[in-house]
Amino acid sequence: MSFCVLLLIVIIISMVYFVASKGVANFVNGEVKVSEFLFGTKWSPEADTPSYGAFPFISGSFLVTLLAALIASPLSICAALFMTEIVPGWGKKLLQPVIELLSGIPSVVYGFVGLSVIVPFLRDTLPGQGIGVAAGALVLSVMILPTITSVAADALASLPQNLKESSFALGATRWQTISRVILPTTFPAIMTGVVLGMARAFGEALAVQMVIGNAPFVPHSLFESASTLTSVITLGMGNTTMGSPQNNALWSMALVLMLMTFVFVLLVRMLERRNKI
Amino acid sequence: MQFKKSWIMALTLTSVLALSACGNNGGNKATTNNGGNTPAATNTESSSGAKLSGSVLASGSTALQPLVEQVAEEFMKTNSGVDIQVQGGGSGTGLTQVSEKQVDIGNSDVFAEEKLKDAAKAAELKDHQVAVVAIAAVSNPKAGVDSLTKQQLVDIFTGKITNWKDVGGADQAIQIINRPASSGTRATFESFALGTKTEDIKGSIQEDSSGTVKKMIGETPGAIGYLALSYLDDTVKTLNYDGVEPSVDNVVAGKYPVWAYEHMYTNGEPNETVKAFLDYFLTDEVQTGDVVELGYIPASKMQVSRDVAGTVTPK
Repeated sequence: MSFCVLLLIVIIISMVYFVASKGVANFVNGEVKVSEFLFGTKWSPEADTPSYGAFPFISGSFLVTLLAALIASPLSICAALFMTEIVPGWGKKLLQPVIELLSGIPSVVYGFVGLSVIVPFLRDTLPGQGIGVAAGALVLSVMILPTITSVAADALASLPQNLKESSFALGATRWQTISRVILPTTFPAIMTGVVLGMARAFGEALAVQMVIGNAPFVPHSLFESASTLTSVITLGMGNTTMGSPQNNALWSMALVLMLMTFVFVLLVRMLERRNKI
Repeated sequence: MQFKKSWIMALTLTSVLALSACGNNGGNKATTNNGGNTPAATNTESSSGAKLSGSVLASGSTALQPLVEQVAEEFMKTNSGVDIQVQGGGSGTGLTQVSEKQVDIGNSDVFAEEKLKDAAKAAELKDHQVAVVAIAAVSNPKAGVDSLTKQQLVDIFTGKITNWKDVGGADQAIQIINRPASSGTRATFESFALGTKTEDIKGSIQEDSSGTVKKMIGETPGAIGYLALSYLDDTVKTLNYDGVEPSVDNVVAGKYPVWAYEHMYTNGEPNETVKAFLDYFLTDEVQTGDVVELGYIPASKMQVSRDVAGTVTPK
């Protein structure tokens, strides 16, 4: 048992070390400046004077993640309320398997459905070519629905029964109870779900890569082709050779992704602590 | 609390997977070189009685992967002692791994000299050209254009021309479906069709898989892109290049210039088993069989050859 734990710690530390050491290689040997990497908007690694500005990708990742959370959170919270407060019987029986099913679908399927359904729909109804930030955010929002819903539903179900009963005893209606008692009390737990969903959206690669367009520019509209950190890494990693500045720049992006994951974990921790009080 | 448990579960699973992958690689690194065999076993039927054995690991180009897999399967049928594993990962991965001796064969769409920054490392590698892939410019069928000149293509891919009507087509904005900057297909298209490297244009779309590129070009109004000949069908319009049709015959005769070798690199001279496998690739059986069947062009049929610098000479 303790051996497993030890092994796990060693593996985690070595993975973090590996990504970090490759990620800072470009900065250490003076190939790229940190500020240039983080805030540079020009990405042309194959040019004669290459530039490695990753800002378009960093901003793209944050943009699709925030948009996806904005779309998915209200839907998920409503679904969770429906399952636990409104019709706990058949509502839960119906929704639970559907949500479990959603979380089990591989991301390539989401990507392909996005490419075959969402992209043509956006192309026909809105300006642009359908491919772009909006398509990416829509695909992601469906993908993170199950995460937020199941966490929110767990939080709502674990709420002490007497809290609700006291509210009803005071003469509050169901809607008043939900909006004044249940939601405020479970807010930190629901936010945990939202943050976990965002962590998933931030790290998702394949599905987004298929529908976002991957042009290395900061998008000026939701219907414009853009890139995320993950999409650039997956597109470039196999085609570049280890140790080249371009490959190292991709590792730097992986490092940014990893640090962001730490931030998300930290956020969840903080929310959990608030939840206990 | 439930979360923590599932997190730890997930972490354990990933690390076990990662570990097993590592173990696999390490095991394959030690390719057994069976020294006791007679050296003349280039013939795969090994009628001399010499039995080939050992394991071969190839990795790299996903464009070449299906061909290598299929040929490896046939090779293993006649040589039961040989175990060949083929992995993808991209040309860069294949070249890195073969130059670091992690694999026996590194598959690549481009010359090693173009990818490996370290020229000494590239010089250590031995090139085996097994097939040729030709790339054609393709457009959405409704663009209304049959042929483009080199200059027109350059103007389109550098963003100077943005509407099909400027090249004699429909009044429709041009949408570029490109490959990522590091892609071998893009490198081939840029150096032999455009003759210049291009910058990414704002609003252009980049996809890495040929299937997705074809789907996008077929569905997006005004789309232009490029695909290997094996992917072409009626859903997209194949454009002639300077009036030359991108057909296998034209490529073989050296009339159509947009093509590249598929390379299988070994680190130095290959061992007996690897050599037998690579030689099998160049037999007529494979070159006119599997190579053609999977949409590549036989390297042995080419009437011209091309070196690293791009100079084409008649054979």
